[in-house]
Amino acid sequence: MAEYQLEPINALGLSETVDAEIGLVRIVENNANSLASIAIRLGNEKKFSSSARKLLGFALPGPGESASSKTYSAFWSAPNQWFVEASEKSHADIAHILKEELAEMASVTEQTGGWCRFDIEGKTVTSMLERLCMLDMAGMKAGAANRSVIEHIGVFLLCRREHEAISVYGPRSMADSLHHALIAAAKSIA
Amino acid sequence: MIIEHPLLGPRDAQEFTCLGDASLINRPDWQEDDAVNRFYEYLYLRDNPAGEHRELWYHEQGDRSWLVVTRNTVTHEILRVELAIDVARTARSKDRT
Repeated sequence: MAEYQLEPINALGLSETVDAEIGLVRIVENNANSLASIAIRLGNEKKFSSSARKLLGFALPGPGESASSKTYSAFWSAPNQWFVEASEKSHADIAHILKEELAEMASVTEQTGGWCRFDIEGKTVTSMLERLCMLDMAGMKAGAANRSVIEHIGVFLLCRREHEAISVYGPRSMADSLHHALIAAAKSIA
Repeated sequence: MIIEHPLLGPRDAQEFTCLGDASLINRPDWQEDDAVNRFYEYLYLRDNPAGEHRELWYHEQGDRSWLVVTRNTVTHEILRVELAIDVARTARSKDRT
């Protein structure tokens, strides 16, 4: 595993993650995960699914869904393409770990540095996100994973617990704008 | 406007961008003898019907798939949505037979 000498800062530019409690929701910056995307190379579909299942511990999820095991979780992002999450502590170089197993079957791209993640929890999470996003938030079941738009920012919305907990992945370069949008929506219903 | 995505279900039009006429899928072969004429037609000559129209839409803020949306340009009713890859593959297999 690679050894890093430098202390990274978080997506919002601080050394501590930002944690905000507004009304009945709590919005927490989460930097504890590594992220990589995998895309099947043409003609490798069958071989890939069995290798991926062995590596991840579950079959890769279908459109709009996610799946997880103890170590990994994955969500569907496009036909034959998924994002894989794992703990940053054990999988700091996640892309390398996945690539070693999947080899020529799939293209693996490191995504950790490209995204920021906010975990939103609370009783009013549905009505808060309904103000930001055109997805059917009330209809999102636990495990649902969708890409959509929040204030012109392309995001992934992952439902952890129905009507209760949602994770939002957005581009790291727009972390502050996305965070501002989330905070503003939370305040508007607080 | 809501587009019924074949994989993801109903999605807001905000997530999509429209490219235009679905005939853009049928790119001419540049090695044909009359390639110049074919490309002229491909690039410049489009039907612009008041009524049913097949268009290419891109799910940019979604799964990045290309869709063929059949839409009524007068009523804005969406009649059919298919994955462009399926449309192209079907057309290609018909060409072969």
